[in-house]
Amino acid sequence: MKSLSLTTLTAAATLCMTAVPAMSQEIIVGLITKTDTNPFFVMMRNGAEAIAEDLGVELRSFAGAYDGDNEAQIEAIESLIAAEAAGILITPSDTAGIVPSVERAREAGLLVIALDTPLDPIDAADATFATDNFQAGLLIGQWAAATLGDEAANARIGMLDLSEAQVTVDVLRDQGFMQGFGIDVNDPNVIGDEDDPRIVGHDITGGAEEGGRTAMENLLQRDPSINVVYTINEPAAAGAYEALNSFGLADQVLIVSVDGGCPGVQNVAEGIIGATSMQFPLLMASMGVEAVVEHANNGTVPANTEGLDFFNTGVVLVTDQPVDGIDSITSAEGLERCWG
Amino acid sequence: MTDQSGPNGDGRPKRGMQDFEKVLDQSATDVASFQDRDRSLVGSVQHILHANPTLVPVIVLMVSVLVFGVIANNFFTPFNISLIIQQVTIIGILGVAQTLIILTAGIDLSVAAIMVLSSVVMGKLAVNFGIPAPIAILIGFAVGALCGAINGFLVTRLRLPPFIVTLGTWSIFFALNLWYSESQSIRSQDIDATAPMLKWFGERIDILGFQFTTGSFLMLFLFALFWYLLNWTPWGRHVYAVGDDAEAAGLSGIRVNRVLTSVYVIGGFLCAIAAWAAIGRVGSVSPQSFQEGNLDSITAVVIGGCSLFGGRGSIIGTLIGALIVGVFRSGLNLSGVDVLWQDFAVGLLIIIAVAIDQWLRKVSG
Amino acid sequence: MEETLKPVLQANKLVKRYGRVTAMDQADFELYPGEILAVIGDNGAGKSTMVKSLCGAVVPDDGQILLDGQPVQFATPIDARDKGIEIVYQNLALSPALSIADNLFLGRELFRGGVLGKTFRMLDKKRMKAFARDKLTELGLLTIQNIDQLVETLSGGQRQGVAVARAAAFATKFVIMDEPTAALGVKESRRVLDLIKDVQARGMAIVLISHNMPHVFEVADRIHIHRLGKRHAVVRADEISMSDAVAIMTGALEPPSEIARPEGATLH
Repeated sequence: MKSLSLTTLTAAATLCMTAVPAMSQEIIVGLITKTDTNPFFVMMRNGAEAIAEDLGVELRSFAGAYDGDNEAQIEAIESLIAAEAAGILITPSDTAGIVPSVERAREAGLLVIALDTPLDPIDAADATFATDNFQAGLLIGQWAAATLGDEAANARIGMLDLSEAQVTVDVLRDQGFMQGFGIDVNDPNVIGDEDDPRIVGHDITGGAEEGGRTAMENLLQRDPSINVVYTINEPAAAGAYEALNSFGLADQVLIVSVDGGCPGVQNVAEGIIGATSMQFPLLMASMGVEAVVEHANNGTVPANTEGLDFFNTGVVLVTDQPVDGIDSITSAEGLERCWG
Repeated sequence: MTDQSGPNGDGRPKRGMQDFEKVLDQSATDVASFQDRDRSLVGSVQHILHANPTLVPVIVLMVSVLVFGVIANNFFTPFNISLIIQQVTIIGILGVAQTLIILTAGIDLSVAAIMVLSSVVMGKLAVNFGIPAPIAILIGFAVGALCGAINGFLVTRLRLPPFIVTLGTWSIFFALNLWYSESQSIRSQDIDATAPMLKWFGERIDILGFQFTTGSFLMLFLFALFWYLLNWTPWGRHVYAVGDDAEAAGLSGIRVNRVLTSVYVIGGFLCAIAAWAAIGRVGSVSPQSFQEGNLDSITAVVIGGCSLFGGRGSIIGTLIGALIVGVFRSGLNLSGVDVLWQDFAVGLLIIIAVAIDQWLRKVSG
Repeated sequence: MEETLKPVLQANKLVKRYGRVTAMDQADFELYPGEILAVIGDNGAGKSTMVKSLCGAVVPDDGQILLDGQPVQFATPIDARDKGIEIVYQNLALSPALSIADNLFLGRELFRGGVLGKTFRMLDKKRMKAFARDKLTELGLLTIQNIDQLVETLSGGQRQGVAVARAAAFATKFVIMDEPTAALGVKESRRVLDLIKDVQARGMAIVLISHNMPHVFEVADRIHIHRLGKRHAVVRADEISMSDAVAIMTGALEPPSEIARPEGATLH
């Protein structure tokens, strides 16, 4: 009797679940970020949690232990497939390495949306919601060149990148900046292969203050006449500024960056960073959750931005010294839209 | 009982030398005297290095400074030399803590995590909650010492291997750091406005073209202090003895657990001092910084000639080890060598250092 | 003088049980000043439990230990050491990476006078080295310049020498030596036996635990034969043959009815 009633119950439960697949209480959305340390991803998770609560769906968050932690992301996908989630939002650490797992998830009927970082190939995901990182670099490059005016031809440029691994985001921002500044990048997929003598050198920061400071010191040791500094993100920019300050060179140098975190925008307001390209992690996350719910309800797959192979969540240049021909917002406006 | 035929056949056991040992009269008699044996050239080099474990790193440092001085532009300037010292300050201080623990045959993977957690506590309390900076710093020190005490407790009371304990606490302290800081940096400018004392170890002191920071002097002071403590106080001798052979130390009357606990607590406290210095060095309080600090500190200790098996090595070696890494990075950078080859070179140094240690340990065999 | 000769250490009816095993069953023990007392016994006879209970490594369940007539209780070997009892462990308890002088003073370092010692806990290395040098020289162990040599660079016999010298230097009551020649070669054993006699010649009582009968018979004044957890017999080394001692130890021969004691000796 006991086993019979149990079987009946299970059958009933299964019936319930299959009978009302669109009931939003049942929808599980997975969010897998590269790490849970970077404020960018923390913000993304907070945004996703907020919208999930509004929509009455369940959000399950996962993260790698470090940037590049592919195994943890694979495990996260597996457990979301097992949990019969409706869809997965992922910022892939290993853009190619994660693809087989993503395919398995899609075969199991899950909608997979890459956030912030596209998969390799990009169409391995159902959709990609991302910042156009090349555009982000391009904007600050154009702004720096315009701000320097004729002096741009004699600029001495230090490039503070993320890591030696030639990560996609790192490459796109670096090369975008150079293109915007008017430098021939040679192979746009490789950092550091340019021949332009205006580039003093590249060093790596790990995307943090401490690395930014040391890397800036190293570049200044090579050439103390540096007057333009590109930084991969705003913490690295803050570190670079500390180094410049201690060398007594802070006034001669224009620092540009990417991100749009609130401390970074505050640094724009205080003139420490000249300009930064703001991206919108909250938007990526909330749009992602909405898209998964939409797909679960009526099967719609989100479309790409025209002319791009992903959906561009947008980039806005934040600066208090606007230049002609480049749209920008002030730091005061930026502080209202910043994240973190 | 009355059978008097002893082993010597002369009716009674003889007091003194046994018959079979009589031939010893003709053999060498200096067995238990402590004269030097004759040594081959390699043997004597091995012996000298064994007796002076800091000699190898000192030679490596001098040679690398000379080589880079010749091949790299701007290397051999007072400014660059002082910059290298600035750049190794934090890893150097963590290296002091790491040396203590490695001398006891332990290892501490959590030093940088303790440091970052302490710095976040200092920054949050002083900048965000407006607590006076000196009190915030003291609370940060307490946090560091408490983290060390947790490590020490797990190692001594639960008898877990230090590697496993600190592997666990590394994650735990790092998670606490992210939770407490909400992954947010505290900006340099905000620290200047509310609690400039936090950045005191970033103050510059210019001497004859050298640009030192107060942090550099802090590091040198800590090395001197712990050199004294390790070599001139019973505590220091006991640290060596415990690392060398804990059982023998215990039989000699040393309270092994007490020594070990003290080492972990002092190590945690040193990490918190490093935290204060790091705020001065980095300028801001960053929960993301020094993610490789644990391993960098071990690198400095190992290149400095400390044995990972405990009981052997010198704290000055760690300073030299940290400087060697700094000199290599700076020299290779100024020579335009890519970062990944700098990593390559440091990796090579570690392996060579450990190989030399193994070779020197054979002296005792 | 002879009628005042009383044991430096006297143990009465010591008992130690481990679960249902009685390792020590009402064992008695006496050590007189200035003598070398060997303790022999077959494996499992309980001699090691007894000797450990004399130096605090084992706490007996019952019985009494009198040190110079005063009842004492040792919870740890450190307690015994504080009362002037030194032990030379079979594994020597030396720190190989420390110098000879450091090893001699491990756990009982000397401080500098004044503020340096009191506040800064500064070691008086000079005094410790001089002391170590004196002690090793007294025992004929040292050519003077090498007191800073690391113990790990010494041979087995030399290390044994350092361990014995440490014990001899700090013992005020007696020294226990656990198998001091077990790990040594012929020549080094010879040297260590001479060393043991040197220590005795300086008025120190010694308890010698050894399986090596020739060595026991060479240096011991009396031999305590332990069997089945208790004192089975005590004989004078110069009044018995080795084979008889072994026979008594293994139960093949009846022990003499009387406990051999130095002339004029009494109990507390």
